[in-house]
Amino acid sequence: MSENGYRSYYGRPVIKEPTWTWEIPTYFFTGGLAGASSVLSLTAKLARNEKLSRTSLYVGAAADAVSPMLLVSDLGRPERFHHMLRVLKVTSPMNLGAWVLLVSGGASNTAALLELLGWLKPVKLAAETVAALAGPPLATYTGVLVADTAVPVWHEARHELPWIFGASAAASAGAAACMFLDPESAGPARRLAVGGVAAEGGLMQGVSIRLGETGEVYRRGAARTFAWAAKTLAGTGAAILAARGGKSRRAAAVGGAMVLAGELCLRWSVFKAGFQSARDPKYTVKPQRERLQAPGRG
Amino acid sequence: MSATYERERVGFFTDTSVCIGCKACEVACKEWNLVPQDGQEWTGESYDNTSQLDANTWRHVAFVEQEKPLRTNGDGGVGIRWLMESDVCKHCTHAACLDVCPTGSLFRTEFGTVVVQEDICNGCGYCVPACPFGVIDKRHLPATTDPPPLFLGKKEDGRVWKCTLCYDRLKGGHEPACAKACPTKSIQFGPLDELRQRADERLAKLQRDGWNGAQLYGRDPDDGVGGFGAFFLLLDDPEVYGFPPDPVVTTAHLPQMYRTMASAAAAIVVGVAAAFIGGRS
Repeated sequence: MSENGYRSYYGRPVIKEPTWTWEIPTYFFTGGLAGASSVLSLTAKLARNEKLSRTSLYVGAAADAVSPMLLVSDLGRPERFHHMLRVLKVTSPMNLGAWVLLVSGGASNTAALLELLGWLKPVKLAAETVAALAGPPLATYTGVLVADTAVPVWHEARHELPWIFGASAAASAGAAACMFLDPESAGPARRLAVGGVAAEGGLMQGVSIRLGETGEVYRRGAARTFAWAAKTLAGTGAAILAARGGKSRRAAAVGGAMVLAGELCLRWSVFKAGFQSARDPKYTVKPQRERLQAPGRG
Repeated sequence: MSATYERERVGFFTDTSVCIGCKACEVACKEWNLVPQDGQEWTGESYDNTSQLDANTWRHVAFVEQEKPLRTNGDGGVGIRWLMESDVCKHCTHAACLDVCPTGSLFRTEFGTVVVQEDICNGCGYCVPACPFGVIDKRHLPATTDPPPLFLGKKEDGRVWKCTLCYDRLKGGHEPACAKACPTKSIQFGPLDELRQRADERLAKLQRDGWNGAQLYGRDPDDGVGGFGAFFLLLDDPEVYGFPPDPVVTTAHLPQMYRTMASAAAAIVVGVAAAFIGGRS
């Protein structure tokens, strides 16, 4: 049982794989899209870009509305979804996230509805402000959520994951706005999409190297496939947006869609990497054994 | 660090040096706690067909066959030994499952143990990858109580389950079922302080007698989870039995993770604002 420099119990995993299904990585994407879109919408309003503001408001509200459905659907007991809100618990990123999503979704959907009806301008502005305040935590807490587990490739990436998810969210918000907007009004959204993709790509590359052996799951199996798809789709989409997005509406739609697909694949890559990391006892045992044998430890 | 509980903190000391692998603990646990059977698989892994702790297994006896002498002082016989060890939830002092549970379903009892309230759990599954020992898990078997509601229902149980350290028996002044059933006193139940003292004495004796690899696991209140409520005397390194050698409660790093999140959240605002500067639109 002493293979490759670590020992295990018949090669069985030490920790359990998550029980989360497809809804969770999809929510990481929609939640990020919602959070960053709310920020983009309010900032556009302050910059007097009404068209961009309205587009991002609707995108954010839609993503905010889909998110809780995904989360409830993943629960083992969906009818008890409201138990998330029977406590306020800072040691649980999931609990805080449920509250943030409630505030963000309530505010963005109120604002979108009022915008649609043309009613109560001051209330709408207040709702947009609340959504924009809840947006950045909504877009980044999911990085903490996965990092706050015993899964080595997630926990060891705790310095980067909130940044990666935040950059991915910003890229998504920019890309989605580009898809539904004329190129003249979409300048800031375009720059946000391109900048977000660049930041996310750089961070992702950096972390998979920094993690050493723990990070090798990103070069194996489904995590690798999704990482490749993320890089290719988001990279190409961003290039299209940068080169042609300002001139052609069609190029903006294609480029935006590719960035969105790429950022969805990024969440899937991180998600799958966690399962692969949990499944192999090597990733749990080896670093811990090395930690114990490091100088200064018993 | 020591916490105070309404009642004296209790736990298990599992002394694997006297375990005979009878699995009476597994059976007693299943019987008392009405833990459902989840199928049978012949693994070929020594006498272990239970394989792991999960939602439907709250005691698990591990079997390891080794070509190593039992003793290091030349009394070891033929140089083959058979390790047996009954695994259970550790009832950590700093329990990750309890920390991350978003509903408050997992709670710390008056005995210092960690228990799931099954009428609260909504099956979010966060505790499952949070546990550094892979103890707690979601039950995918069909629900046994109330039919699922029409729209939001699922056919499977869907909640998480694990050892309760027989919370109901403790309330009634009884020892947990596994300890009661153990014929060799490998599983010892009692006040934690007393168990730790007993374990220290036992370890000293085994070391005097030259037992190969004897060590305590989870006894130290200064370890990464603040010590186990259910700790072990092992005859080899923890990973040989499927344990993590140096478990750390994941929430130990949570304040730092929240700080990272705050910076990343601020960066989104800065990034969006920057997108409006330079360039016309």
